[in-house]
Amino acid sequence: MTCTEFLALLDDLIDDSVTPETRAQLQEHLRGCDHCQVTLNTTRKTIEIYRSHEIYDLPPGLRERLHAAIMARCKKGC
Amino acid sequence: MSTIQLLAGENEPHPDVALVERVRGGDVLAYDELVRKYDRQIFRIAQHITQNREDAEDVMQDAFLKAYEKIDQFQGNSKFYTWLVRIAVNESLMRLRKRRTGKMVSIDEDIETDEGSVPRDLADWAPDPEQNYNQAELAEILRKTIQGLPQGFRIVFVLRDVEGLSTEETAETLGLSIPAVKSRLLRARLQLRERLSRYFRRKRGGEK
Repeated sequence: MTCTEFLALLDDLIDDSVTPETRAQLQEHLRGCDHCQVTLNTTRKTIEIYRSHEIYDLPPGLRERLHAAIMARCKKGC
Repeated sequence: MSTIQLLAGENEPHPDVALVERVRGGDVLAYDELVRKYDRQIFRIAQHITQNREDAEDVMQDAFLKAYEKIDQFQGNSKFYTWLVRIAVNESLMRLRKRRTGKMVSIDEDIETDEGSVPRDLADWAPDPEQNYNQAELAEILRKTIQGLPQGFRIVFVLRDVEGLSTEETAETLGLSIPAVKSRLLRARLQLRERLSRYFRRKRGGEK
């Protein structure tokens, strides 16, 4: 397996959607390729960091304003 | 049994099913529960697409009001959350179009790039690299980095990796094919990785 072939399957490996045979081939490639190992680890970390850090907080008061807008709409329509 | 219940799972219906049914029956407080459950996600998605806080606030409000008004049209072919996300994505794109009057805005914009397709920065990262920054610095790095992605990649990454939609749901929400979602997701992940490497790579000489 070449690095290009590995890269084409990187997402499937990260998302755990590869067959056991393909996984074995990918792991075999990783054993001899530091570059792909680093790419895999740091791509996984990239996803994890974005998943676990809130970068846009809900502005204060927005929830209340939305609640009021929905109640107003409800009085009109229900 | 309704279609919604059938799709929610064989044994346990999704908790949203009961809430949606209550809203349809005129219970506005049930809608409040749905809002509180998903308002953070919808605001985040709107902010990622519009990249403007005021627009994101308006989009969130408009999306929830529209979903409330159209709840009878919700067929239950998808989850309530996915349906809501689709409304929010459309509202966000409409808002962008208004802002850039006369300029077409689509999720296909600016994606003709090979950046990140082949990883160039192959330096390993420091262990737990985010710990080298305080929370505010880290949030700024993450914001700046994702804002630099082409829009068509950014939306796919946000829906799929941050908000947890499946590939199929992301494709349905954006009106893209599954191969298109997969190709954009790979390139989004690789570009973000490449850009974050500037901050997170292991420094030489044993320093942090």
